[in-house]
Amino acid sequence: MSGAKKLGLKQRYAHMTRGLDWETTYQPMDKVFPYDRFEGIKIKDWSAWEDPFRLTMDTYWKFQAEKERKLYAVLDSFAQNNGQTGVSDGRYINVLKLFLTGISPEEYQAHRGFAFAGRHLRGVGPRVAAQMQSLDELRHVQTQIHTISHYNKYFDGLSEFRHMHDRVWYLSVPKSFFDDARTAGPFEFMIAIGFAFEYLLTNLLFVPFMSGAAYNGDMSTVTFGFSAQSDESRHMTLGIEVIKFLLEQHPDNLPIVQKWVDKWFWRGHRVLGLVAMMMDYMLPKKVMSWKEAWEIYFTEAGGSLFTDLARYGLKVPKYADVATAEAEHISHQNWAIFYQYTHAAGFHTWMPDAEHLDWLSAKYPDTFDKYYRPRWELWAKLEKEGKRFYNNALPQLCQCCQIPMGYTEPGDPTTIAFRSSTYKDQKYHFCSDGCKDIFDNEPDKFVQAWLPVHQIFQGNCGGATVPDVLAWYRMNVGADNMDYVGSPDEALWNEWHAEKLRKAV
Amino acid sequence: MTVTAIVPDYADRIETADAPEKFHGNAVIYVHWEEHLSFCSALAFPLPLAMPFGALVSEVITPYYAAHPDAANIVWDKVVWDIDGGKKAPDFSASLEANGLGHKSLVRFWTPGLNGWAGSAS
Ligand SMILES: [Fe+2]
Ligand SMILES: [Fe+2]
Ligand SMILES: [Zn+2]
Repeated sequence: MSGAKKLGLKQRYAHMTRGLDWETTYQPMDKVFPYDRFEGIKIKDWSAWEDPFRLTMDTYWKFQAEKERKLYAVLDSFAQNNGQTGVSDGRYINVLKLFLTGISPEEYQAHRGFAFAGRHLRGVGPRVAAQMQSLDELRHVQTQIHTISHYNKYFDGLSEFRHMHDRVWYLSVPKSFFDDARTAGPFEFMIAIGFAFEYLLTNLLFVPFMSGAAYNGDMSTVTFGFSAQSDESRHMTLGIEVIKFLLEQHPDNLPIVQKWVDKWFWRGHRVLGLVAMMMDYMLPKKVMSWKEAWEIYFTEAGGSLFTDLARYGLKVPKYADVATAEAEHISHQNWAIFYQYTHAAGFHTWMPDAEHLDWLSAKYPDTFDKYYRPRWELWAKLEKEGKRFYNNALPQLCQCCQIPMGYTEPGDPTTIAFRSSTYKDQKYHFCSDGCKDIFDNEPDKFVQAWLPVHQIFQGNCGGATVPDVLAWYRMNVGADNMDYVGSPDEALWNEWHAEKLRKAV
Repeated sequence: MTVTAIVPDYADRIETADAPEKFHGNAVIYVHWEEHLSFCSALAFPLPLAMPFGALVSEVITPYYAAHPDAANIVWDKVVWDIDGGKKAPDFSASLEANGLGHKSLVRFWTPGLNGWAGSAS
């Protein structure tokens, strides 16, 4: 074979994929690929799909294996050096609890969803790309579980993450987001997760967690972040490729795609409210405010993206302006929800101290002192009087995003936004026009929503009392829930630090 | 609009998760005290519609909002009520049903002069 030239990566890729999209003869193509027509998307030429990576399976395995080796080397040394004692503060671990219970299971959902898209899109280019992303997402959930399992040896609230994900009231927010995407057709899934989540909003999820980890001395989490980074850039490229491909294929696709972009932007924005609260309230060492992150990663980056997509007729998502205005408020409103429902939260809450309140005033000069500082002052006063404020009733939830209906009217932070629709003689309530529109477009889907509060009332969650429900959540009462101050986590942390001081003397 | 689904009869295959008959004879009632956002959202309760409106006030609203310092100063005959988007003066001795409440009704109320901690709506 001395005369044969070695093939380049590009040629190898062409050889690897192009033969895969044969026309089936034993069964008609529509039977083999039953899912890629019903959504109304028209594809004239699947071969116009440009896979920007041209990654063959053998190179894929080689890259990933190398990254795994590096990651596990770091995790080993982190464990050997008791890295858990070197993070900024014991409070920081609650960020990891939120991540492991609320986000890692969604990596798994993404894995399942991309496996589905990878099976059911009939073009070979997107199919190979979706299958690789599916494997990436499986790797992400695994590396996250491995990384955080080290903290589980010492801290509460981590061990039942998988069980909690399907049951706990606030975890229904990310769960329902992915359930919605995964029960859609493959094209909607690709726009929902591939474009809206992985492209448009991903930096608002991963940058805060990973730089939060770096600022707070959690090198193990930083490393899994790095290990996922090259995957994420592939995912972003897939997301942008998908939307351009659909818009280029047929003008009839535009209104369908626009509706999906509007829907999934708003749903994503609602889920990201958890990240907003994490950044502004949970990181002992702050990276930047949620509002600043929103300006950089949505207003600026999203702005130039939609300028670029305007040539296809695609518009900025509906209610993007409302979401931008909400960046002033959601972190405060969300942390307030968890503060008053701390007895039912799987992580610890705390009262922001004076320095923290001043930071919030500086970051939110137009709103914090006027609307939110008084709330913390009242609760601090009650705490001092031995009457720590709890909400002992269950909250009204939004039928769409499933978050307690705590968001306020655009332009009026003193009044809750109430929206409702009547469908087949039943009332449905929403936190916002964005959530109401999503319901009104697909009411038959959203009347099936598993709303945790209503499920408790129906008797489907272990019993009628709060202890019954917490037992059903497998929440270890007195350890997993309630304030950080007075928790076993805090006691352990203080013990470590007393020891460090003793050794330093 | 209907759901774009792979089956033509999607709407016939689904179950409404919160149909009224699933609540063991109760209706879900939402209550919200305006300008007191220390309570993060409206509160939800499963209640019999035969309950008098006065009992909703004394047995439900009063204890569940008691943690707020304004709660002790509420004068109930000065309260402004809104039921499902319409201003109403409810009859305290009549049932919830007779006052127009049904499954998933929303009762909002304002307490004039009481506008939250230091007037901040908190
Ligand atoms: Fe991922
Ligand atoms: Fe990803
Ligand atoms: Zn909502």
